[in-house]
Amino acid sequence: MNTEQLIFYFFAALLLTSALMVVAMQNLVRSIFLFFVSLFSLAALYVFALADFIAITQVVIYVGGVLVLMLFAFMLSNKELLNSLQPIKTGFKFYQLTGIFICLAFLFILVSLNLQIDFSGLKWIKSSTTIKEIDNTTHNIGILSMTRYLLPFEVLSVFLMMALIGAAHLARKGNKI
Amino acid sequence: MIPLSHFLMISASLFCIGLYAVLTKKNAIQILIGIEFMINAAVLNFVAFGKFDKVNGGGQLFALFAIVLAAAGVAVALAIILNVYKHFKTIDPSKINKLKD
Repeated sequence: MNTEQLIFYFFAALLLTSALMVVAMQNLVRSIFLFFVSLFSLAALYVFALADFIAITQVVIYVGGVLVLMLFAFMLSNKELLNSLQPIKTGFKFYQLTGIFICLAFLFILVSLNLQIDFSGLKWIKSSTTIKEIDNTTHNIGILSMTRYLLPFEVLSVFLMMALIGAAHLARKGNKI
Repeated sequence: MIPLSHFLMISASLFCIGLYAVLTKKNAIQILIGIEFMINAAVLNFVAFGKFDKVNGGGQLFALFAIVLAAAGVAVALAIILNVYKHFKTIDPSKINKLKD
C-alpha cells in the first residue's frame, strides 16, 4: 500500500466515522461541528478524484457558508436547549431500529450492485480520456462553463438569485407568510 | 490510483447514513444535515465518474452545479425552519402537523 492509498483510506475512514457520529450524537452542537469534519474529509476525497476545483468549492461553500448558516439557525431556534443541554438518552427506540433496517437494506442493494458491475470494462470508460494528475482542471472548467455548459450556468445563476431573494424575504422580520 | 468502485462504496455508505438521519431524527436541522449528506454522496459519485470524462467535463461541472443548488436549498430551508420555529415554537417535524394556521 503506497502513500496515496494510505491517505485516501485515512480520509475515507474519517469521513465515515464522523458522519456516523453526526447521526448518532445526541448533542446537537457537537453533531454540527462534526459535520464540519466530515465535509472537510469529503473535500479531501474530491482531491483524490482529481477534482481540485470542486474540493476548493466544497470548502468555501459548505464550510464557509452552509455550516455558519446552520449554526445560526440552530442558535436562533433552540434557545432553551443551549442553556441546559438535554440529558443523554440511551437505548434504542423502535423507529430507530426500523430506520437502521431500511438503511442497511438500501446499503446492501447499492453495494451488491456495485460489486456486480465491472467498471473498467464499460465501453464509455474504455474509450474515454482520463484526467491525469498534471492536467489543469480549473482551466478546463472555466472554458467549459462558458461554452458547452453556458445555458445550465445561466439558469443556475438566475435560480440562485431567486433562492436568495426568497430566503431573505422569508427570514425578514414581521412579515405575514 | 484509487479504483472507481472504492469511491462508489464510500458514497453508498454516506448516502445510507444520510438516509438514516432523514428517517429517524426529530430535529429539522438534523434532517437537513442528513439531506446534505445524501447530496454530498451524489456529488462524490459525479466527481468519481468525472475523472473519466476529460473532454466534456460533465462530471465536474455538474458536481459544481449540484453544490450550488444544495447551498441555495439550505438557505431557503433554514429560513423556512426559522419561520416555523417562530410560529410553532418547535422544530420537531412530527409535532408540526398543521399546514395552514
